[in-house]
Amino acid sequence: MLAGPHKNPASPRRSPLTATDIARIRDDFPVLHVRRGGKDLVYLDNAATSQKPRVVIDTERHYYEAQNANVHRGMHYLSEIATSAYEEARKKVQRFLGVKLSCEVIFTRGTTEGINLVAQTFGRQNIGEGDEIIISTMEHHSNIVPWQMLCEEKGAKLRVAPINDRGELLMEEFEKLFTPRTKLVSIVYISNALGTINPIREIIEIAHRHGVPALVDAAQAAPHLPIDFQELNCDFFVCSGHKMFGPTGIGVLCGRAELLNRMPPFMGGGDMILSVTFEKTTYNGLPYKFEAGTPNIAGVIGLGAAVDYIESIGMDRIAAYEHDLTQYGTQLLQSIDGVRLIGTAKEKAGALSFIMDSAHAHDIGQILSEQGVAIRAGHHCAQPVMQRFGVPATARASLAFYNTKEDLDALGAAIKKVKEVFD
Amino acid sequence: MAGNRALYEQVILEHNKKPRNFREMPDATRKLEGFNPLCGDHFTLYLKLSGDVIDDVSFSGAGCAISKSSASVMTTLVKGKTVKEAEALFAAFHKMVTSPPDAPVDEEKAGRLAVFAGVREFPVRIKCATLAWHTLLSALDGKSDVVSTE
Repeated sequence: MLAGPHKNPASPRRSPLTATDIARIRDDFPVLHVRRGGKDLVYLDNAATSQKPRVVIDTERHYYEAQNANVHRGMHYLSEIATSAYEEARKKVQRFLGVKLSCEVIFTRGTTEGINLVAQTFGRQNIGEGDEIIISTMEHHSNIVPWQMLCEEKGAKLRVAPINDRGELLMEEFEKLFTPRTKLVSIVYISNALGTINPIREIIEIAHRHGVPALVDAAQAAPHLPIDFQELNCDFFVCSGHKMFGPTGIGVLCGRAELLNRMPPFMGGGDMILSVTFEKTTYNGLPYKFEAGTPNIAGVIGLGAAVDYIESIGMDRIAAYEHDLTQYGTQLLQSIDGVRLIGTAKEKAGALSFIMDSAHAHDIGQILSEQGVAIRAGHHCAQPVMQRFGVPATARASLAFYNTKEDLDALGAAIKKVKEVFD
Repeated sequence: MAGNRALYEQVILEHNKKPRNFREMPDATRKLEGFNPLCGDHFTLYLKLSGDVIDDVSFSGAGCAISKSSASVMTTLVKGKTVKEAEALFAAFHKMVTSPPDAPVDEEKAGRLAVFAGVREFPVRIKCATLAWHTLLSALDGKSDVVSTE
């Protein structure tokens, strides 16, 4: 996973994470010590949401205890420090994601809102009847439905790039989808249902070769791979705070200022306004044009703390450690009779989706829970990809850097219990 | 309650493995789909009604152990019953699975349905257990839209 293109050249070379490092890291996450059946709960549902380190929880609490005020409008002390903490967090996110200008970082409620924002502004402005939007078979619903809504409104068409049986995008087929009517490409970086890491640079390059802007859905990538927005050279980039060890209800949309400046506002009210008369409203500049209303201030500041925390460990070390863990988990699941992995791409992150001959995903999830192992069972809000593989649902164990081989061993043992009950 | 041991009773596991009346019915007088969008459980229910009596009932499709065995047990119980009797069975079943986990189960009234009492501890599974029943009720009602648990 870390090989070549995924390595951030700017990140310092540090030694790999050791078992001692991981033990120390685990102590930073209070919820990892919730007990279940006399043992620490094994949390393997990170693709749904990650756990939060104490520093994120403390930062949110500190905001409410010592800084709580609205931002960008108060003349008083608290408002000044709240505004400063809020804007400081924007700079942290800017640095973390390698964004050129801080005004290109827009806070949203999450990945879903980021995609809807682009669909409802850039999309409505630039996509008309007969135009086409390219997505892929492995998108989750948040990167399908906003485009379907737009297509329905405008009479545009959705073109879907196919994947192979390993869950890899068929690049030749993808490129064949481009026509003079293609107006946008919106593709996931890492699939939440399959774990596939898409060749995102190549995807962006192909889109640009056809003169088409590209949106990268990085909800699953931002917590696991070093990201450099400028180096990726995409046009829009979205991710969620809660999947990257930050609070829920906060996310980021990054876009090129040149595009964002040309787009109309998304919602009206609050910070997106410069002046209002009953005749005319003048909109604020970036990034405030897209941050209507009082934002999730505590969430933004908490996300800044999460970014600091991840950086203190090092994204390159996290990715390398998770890569080893993914290999271990893959081999372990493949060694159990009656277990079949769905998604076996060559470039794969730590989302291990599987089905069993004898038990439905829901039953697997339930019995694993009884063994103290938390996974996700269902269609992972990616029903079309389930249909592609002809399964109604999968059980999915998804990893984060605080997981260990022992967690995966516990998963393996719990799966054997499922077999005992159902075989 | 002993968690999954109580949820996955032997009877449930046995019906899951060998579901009764698990077949399509080409000459059904009524046919209706039931769908749980949360987990993808998807069944088709077939009925042969003669007047007010359920002469034959069967189902096809795929789902978890709870939904499949519930559908299987249901078919064995309602075959030969009148519509009213089937509705009464559903009412007793629904009351049981939606009662608090520690409420006593009227074994006599619930009969073979008592094995599903374990789902009361897992609210998300109540939909699994009742999917086929809701589909049956809608089919008896003459509805033709897909029955959804959402």
